[in-house]
Amino acid sequence: MTAMSPTPETLAPEPEGKAANGLQAWLPTVRDTALAILLALIVGAVLIAISDEDVINSLEDLFAHPGSFFVYAGDVVRHSFGAVFDAYKALLDGAFGSGSALRRTLERSAPLICAGLGVALAFRAGLFNIGAQGQMLVGALAAGYVGFTFDMPPVIHLGAALAAALIASSLWGGIVGLLKARTGAHEVITTIMLNFVGRFTVLYFLAKESFQRPGSDNLLSPPVDDDATFPTVFGLHLGIPLAILAAGGVWWLLERSRLGFEMRAVGANPEAARTAGMSIGKVYVLTMAITGALSGLAISMTVLGLHQSITDQVVGSVGFDAITVALLGRATPHGTVLAGLLFGALSAGGLGMQTQAGVPPELINVVQALIVLFVAAPALVRGLARLERRKKKADKAKAARTGQEVAA
Amino acid sequence: MTQVLDVSAVEEPDVRDRADVVRQVKTIVVLALVLVAEVWFKLSIDDPTVSQLLKGPRTLENQPVEFDGTLVSWTAVALTAIALVLAVLDRYPRGGLGVGLGVVLGLSFYAAFLMWAYADPTGAFAPSITNPLPGTISIATALVFGALAGVLCERAGVVNIAIEGQFIAGAFFGSVFSSIAVASIAALPLFWCPVFGLLGGILAGVGMAAMLGLFALRYHVDQVVVGVVLVAFGYGITSFLLGQIPADRKDDLNQPHLLEAVSIPGLSDIPYIGQPLFAQSLLVYAAYVSVPLVWWLLFKTKWGLRVRAVGEHPKAADTVGINVNRIRWQAVLLGGVFAGLGGASFTLSTGAFDKEMTAGLGFISLAAVIMGRWHPVWAAFAALGFGLLRDLKNQLGLLGDKVPGDLVAALPYIACIIAVAGFVGRVRAPAADGQPYIKSD
Repeated sequence: MTAMSPTPETLAPEPEGKAANGLQAWLPTVRDTALAILLALIVGAVLIAISDEDVINSLEDLFAHPGSFFVYAGDVVRHSFGAVFDAYKALLDGAFGSGSALRRTLERSAPLICAGLGVALAFRAGLFNIGAQGQMLVGALAAGYVGFTFDMPPVIHLGAALAAALIASSLWGGIVGLLKARTGAHEVITTIMLNFVGRFTVLYFLAKESFQRPGSDNLLSPPVDDDATFPTVFGLHLGIPLAILAAGGVWWLLERSRLGFEMRAVGANPEAARTAGMSIGKVYVLTMAITGALSGLAISMTVLGLHQSITDQVVGSVGFDAITVALLGRATPHGTVLAGLLFGALSAGGLGMQTQAGVPPELINVVQALIVLFVAAPALVRGLARLERRKKKADKAKAARTGQEVAA
Repeated sequence: MTQVLDVSAVEEPDVRDRADVVRQVKTIVVLALVLVAEVWFKLSIDDPTVSQLLKGPRTLENQPVEFDGTLVSWTAVALTAIALVLAVLDRYPRGGLGVGLGVVLGLSFYAAFLMWAYADPTGAFAPSITNPLPGTISIATALVFGALAGVLCERAGVVNIAIEGQFIAGAFFGSVFSSIAVASIAALPLFWCPVFGLLGGILAGVGMAAMLGLFALRYHVDQVVVGVVLVAFGYGITSFLLGQIPADRKDDLNQPHLLEAVSIPGLSDIPYIGQPLFAQSLLVYAAYVSVPLVWWLLFKTKWGLRVRAVGEHPKAADTVGINVNRIRWQAVLLGGVFAGLGGASFTLSTGAFDKEMTAGLGFISLAAVIMGRWHPVWAAFAALGFGLLRDLKNQLGLLGDKVPGDLVAALPYIACIIAVAGFVGRVRAPAADGQPYIKSD
């Protein structure tokens, strides 16, 4: 896969309208993203409607009594709209409807933002990091192990557990950079494979006695020591401010630091960067290590904040969602923060959808995947959105022509 | 006469360049490590008696047979020692013979490892070595189909890391179609219901392939992005639809009739290997046939030449009048057929669909594509090897703590990393893999 390369230029803000002022330059990006989200939600609505039990029943009625078509067709439409309305209302309630809903949204956004920043940073250096999942898994092991094994004074314990996560994850990421720099092994393949190595490493350790919670048969670690957990303010742990700080740090690194300049140069054109005297290998290794550290920060929010223990499911799908977050955020720090908040809200809302409307929360994964696909293919979305207008224009032109012909 | 011989004797040495020396050193190091491990296995066995159930599942007639594992262990040590001597003398065979010898060494290492793992049981009862073939074949069927899908796409220059997504979709719709056939088509004999399921799997695999094609070929979206997103999409939509099946409809929609075994007369009577290899379902036979079929398509037909051309140098292919994107579409969709069949094997040979049941095997298929150097036959063998490893992991689960099965399960992925890092030979993807072809006006 030597020839395969990510294309950071397609992920960065679109250059069109460069001459215009800041806001105008952003308009196309904002418009395309909004259209993509809208379109994905519409597809989600169709999925809800066609798989809803009441709708299926009324469809069966419709086919059974074709004579009274309009009566039953009305039922179908009514049930469809009802199901979609219920589901999306529950989604909004679950994400923003109450204080606890809002808190859940923020809790879920924080790790997404951090891990997404890692993926975004790698994108800018021309690296496609699919390995956030694996990096988070080993980070979870390290943070948890330090958290529940040792006995340390309050602040130092938290610092030690956090440092353990950052170091473990950045090593796991750094391997990828090193392999790419030394042997040219493509990072897409190595990160995918390391995700699974990470998963089986976690399964292996969780089965060990030193990682087992006494009296539990599940793959569940002992609880993390209170001294090693994130302090909470208003019931909200420190993860959110940390995520914002991390975004600021990544922005500074990319836009204001020498290393960030080298990253962007390597991402734009590795050969030119090499000719300019930069060490591409160094940039690859450092980028992947920092990327890993951001993943480690992300998982420490779960292990030391939310769950305060390790299970085999501790990462969930955050490592993969981080990729979609970074893609939706156009690989910029501020975009990633916004995308992370959106996906955090969707994830929290998915929970509400399940409990209130009985819609499986996996619908959210479908919607998220579609959003990213649509964002990545702006031509498709613009085409769909303009379909009506173009048709109208064509009709008008046709009418004008026939009018002229008639006049002649 | 003697003069001539002398000349050839002088000319022979010193055509070795650095790469040959590096290769020889690597071979020696690897073989030495294997040898040390095998000797350690042998020496740490207290009681070499192990029991085996290779003939088939335990029944009244088929009881475990006890035997002495010493001979197996020493044979492995001897074979490795011979290979090591050959490598030191720089006489280790190259090409096909070398690969064959490597496979023999690998299998003998596997046997020596089994002797060690099963000797000196720690628990109350001693588990017997079971035949690895049935488990291997059942896992490898999916892996082989997935690898063929990957080879077809990537040979045409389209990166397919969405095999996992095609698997999960194939598994779900395979189950649904088979269940619907059982519940609604009364005239259809039960034997053919899962074949209907295979059709569902194919449709799902082709559907996912069409999405890959649409976004990668039509809209030039980065192919890795499409792949990653399609896996998430596949997991999401199958879990969502599964969750939407009402409890009282589960039997109609997710209770597939399984593929039935068809014995091949004669071949299935061969002891030890006959039953697991030749008393299998139609899908397994389809996998046997598909490997040479894809090889023939890629390397012996005009279409295959075109596929390889658009994967290596699309511009040149375009210049001679080949429609690059049409060929790529065909390869991607045909790959979808195989990936869908592979996905269907998850449900149609084991049972009802469950969330995320493909559990990363699609990515092992991807690893097999790379290990197999984008060649259908080698990729199929790599898939078979990974299937053997996964079966080993399942067997080791019965042995308790002696061998960490989870680490064995990680081996295919590690092997793939080692391969792409270039420690084993040279791994080179098709030159235009992952690059969209945009025709300039």
